[in-house]
Amino acid sequence: MELFKNTNFDFLGKKWPFIGLSLVLTAAGWISIGMKGMQYGIDFKGGALMSLRFAQEPPVQQIRSALENKLPGEISVQQISGKPEVLIGTEIKDEKELNANRQLIEDTLRGMFGSSGGNIDLNNSSAIELADRLRGPLQQAGVPLSEQDLQDLCAAIMTYRAGHGGILRSADELSGVKGVTPKVIEVLKANVSLGPFTILSTDMVGPKIGGELRRQAVLATLYALAGMLVYIAFRFEWIYGVAAVVAVFHDTLITIGLFSLFNKPISLTVVAALLTLVGYSMNDTIVVFDRIRENLKMVRRESLENIINLSINQTLSRTVLTSGLTLLTALALWLFGGDVLNGFSFALVAGIIVGTYSSVFVASPILVFWQNFRGKGKPSAAAPVARETAGQRKAMRG
Amino acid sequence: MTSNTKIRLLIIAAVVLVCIYGIIGLPTSTAAVAANWRNNIRLGTDLRGGSNLVMQVQMQDAFKGEADTVIQRLRDELAKASIPFADINRNDPDFDHANSIQINITGVPATKAGDFRMIVNDNFGAVWIMTTVNETDYRLTMKPTEALRVRADTVTQCINTIEKKINGLGLAESSVQPRGESQILVTLPGVDDPARIKQILKTAAILELYEVQGGPFASREEAMQSKNGVLPLSSQILPSAVRGGTPVEYYILARTAVVRGQDLRDAKPVQNSQTGGWEANFVLTQDAATRFARFTGAHIRDRLAIVLDKKVLSAPTIEAKISDNGVITNLGGHDEAADLALNLRAGSLPASLDYLEERSVGPSLGADSIRQGLYSGIAGVIAVVTLMLIYYKRSGINATLALILNALILIAALSYFEAVLTLPGIAGIILTIGMAVDSNVLIFERIREELRAGKAVVAAVEAGFGKAFLTIIDTHVTTIVSCCFLFLFGTGPVKGFAVTLVIGLFANVFTAVFVSRTIFNWELSGQKRAVTLSI
Repeated sequence: MELFKNTNFDFLGKKWPFIGLSLVLTAAGWISIGMKGMQYGIDFKGGALMSLRFAQEPPVQQIRSALENKLPGEISVQQISGKPEVLIGTEIKDEKELNANRQLIEDTLRGMFGSSGGNIDLNNSSAIELADRLRGPLQQAGVPLSEQDLQDLCAAIMTYRAGHGGILRSADELSGVKGVTPKVIEVLKANVSLGPFTILSTDMVGPKIGGELRRQAVLATLYALAGMLVYIAFRFEWIYGVAAVVAVFHDTLITIGLFSLFNKPISLTVVAALLTLVGYSMNDTIVVFDRIRENLKMVRRESLENIINLSINQTLSRTVLTSGLTLLTALALWLFGGDVLNGFSFALVAGIIVGTYSSVFVASPILVFWQNFRGKGKPSAAAPVARETAGQRKAMRG
Repeated sequence: MTSNTKIRLLIIAAVVLVCIYGIIGLPTSTAAVAANWRNNIRLGTDLRGGSNLVMQVQMQDAFKGEADTVIQRLRDELAKASIPFADINRNDPDFDHANSIQINITGVPATKAGDFRMIVNDNFGAVWIMTTVNETDYRLTMKPTEALRVRADTVTQCINTIEKKINGLGLAESSVQPRGESQILVTLPGVDDPARIKQILKTAAILELYEVQGGPFASREEAMQSKNGVLPLSSQILPSAVRGGTPVEYYILARTAVVRGQDLRDAKPVQNSQTGGWEANFVLTQDAATRFARFTGAHIRDRLAIVLDKKVLSAPTIEAKISDNGVITNLGGHDEAADLALNLRAGSLPASLDYLEERSVGPSLGADSIRQGLYSGIAGVIAVVTLMLIYYKRSGINATLALILNALILIAALSYFEAVLTLPGIAGIILTIGMAVDSNVLIFERIREELRAGKAVVAAVEAGFGKAFLTIIDTHVTTIVSCCFLFLFGTGPVKGFAVTLVIGLFANVFTAVFVSRTIFNWELSGQKRAVTLSI
């Protein structure tokens, strides 16, 4: 099966509408950033984010007002659509707040749902805490357990809890767990309570390190781009390096702009995705450049524009196939990958599309612009001196 | 089959075996395989649940500590040489200016200038630079090279102490690493509420024993009054620790400690057989024990204050000569006694720590992330493989084999390097798979082009690989170059991304160029005269 055989599209001839589209996309994204400001996740601006899962539909309004009474600064409480999960975001203005923050939120929520009367909350305790709590009562109840048995029992209960969404609704649920006898359940019922929520994750980032991470991520990326520019300049010519880096920069700018347009915050995982798309886009551009270099050696009399068109056509089938396949993986990740990966896969999907087209409509035209700028009409000025080969005409056909 | 192809197949088989061994070890039983798999594939805390803490070492504390030691010694040396002075003090730099620590000495008579210089140079000349402010005043600043050493030493000491504390808690899989110049990253797999650990890490646990010169007094003022409002230079006033609602009292203590934190050899929690209360027992080093025995022998019926973190815990009377052990009584319970003993054993931190970042992931979210990531990853790979098989027919199998081997090498390499797989690492893997697919597509398209141009099958395969090779090298080297920079200048997640990607790219060059080629050769050598190729 072959999709593209001997295509002969005039890509460079149609560059203007696409360059226009690029400019519009870039402008739209950056106007949005200009108006709303860059939306950093807590990784980069500092703050706390706590993700909780509830046993029942969570009372979002109540949670918000309870927290607003207890915590300073802006608080966001947001339910994840279709799930009994809540994201609580709070401000952290000072590193000192980092310590108290989590405890304060937990205590407030616990207070809201009524205290557990001195029992430990099975939905928010560790295996060690549970073992400490049950050691005495189990002995008193006459359940013969060695210390190892006790540790194993608690670990098994924790495994069961993790496998069931992290939240238990009744101690009876545990009856199938290894080592849990009716007696153990009795002891459990007397000694633990089942809180209405479990903490899925907490992220607390001080503002100082947030700024530092932001600076470091940007610096690392810029150095990486510079490194690639130098390598490409060394393997090709410096203008190729510049063109490739401009194209990659273009992709990153548009993707960041899209994040702002869709109100998605930029987090560390999104940075990882941006790095991935830089890789993809660079890969794509080099494949095209490689072909241009090869064709320049073989075909000397054609104009650079024609050679570039030929090269893009020759690699078109690979471009479409590779991008299509990787886009497929990214789409799968976006659709089924869950909330944690959502920002990440969104950046990938957007990045692969933009990255593919930038190789053709951004990187390649730059080569032509540069040649036209250096000397109008001089045939293939960027071409290295190449020997005439018998196969050159044939190569033109592809 | 040519002998060349045979050698190539042998190499590939060897690589596969080494990889499988790296991932699951020797498969003696299914249980062993599962255990090895769990041990070798190290998931980051974001995937398996756990906590990450980033702490800032408050460097200025270490510099102030160095200066304080110098001040104390300088006072002693000057007193010995009977050189009078008006005052010796230091400045109080903040974190950003820790290096600008300075000691000011004022009121040294001009006649003693030569002696003074000699004493300073002999004792502190290796670390400090002395400048003359005027006839009687001097200033000491730290040499830049020494400041660097102090910084490095402080971070190392902090890491060692934290490691001791964490290992004492039995958190075997945790790790403590330096991050940047003055930060420490503590990773605690499986701990999703690090509150207790933070408490333990935060406690400095500097234990000191001082001679009691007076007290207890109800207030600091009262203590001062007992000395007629002038506190002797050799004395200090410290408050008592608040315990169970007792009011704070103040003691006048000697300025120099009899026993310091570093004099401790061991400490452990014990339960008092009579009262049932919990206590922390400590044992002194040999050197300190000799000193302590001499001191207690000479001070029977005097009182001795046990001071923890600059708070007086108790001030018992010395009943008899004590040599090498002591006890801190009246603790809250087993946990408090155990934590205190642990902190005493681990020693004190040379500088205090500030928390910059705390991230914890509960086990159920980690499990969710793994499951969802895995399902979507598998869905993506199945789609890719199906399309490759449809589009390239039999050669698609070739690409699929290369892809599988690539994943195998990547996982094995992560296992051999003991690297930890995190979410950004998975991003690196996705890019690797993308580039692996791309390498195969590049090669196949090239072979098709050559076939279309009328070349024979063997020549077309040859030319296809040859031409695609340059492109593959260029794309891969470019990405590896960028990864080097990401690794050098990036932090945690960015680094994780770079590491997996680099490993993946090397694996990729091997599978796409070497393995794929070998399979083609093998396939073609099976036919008498290679005339067809399913591509």
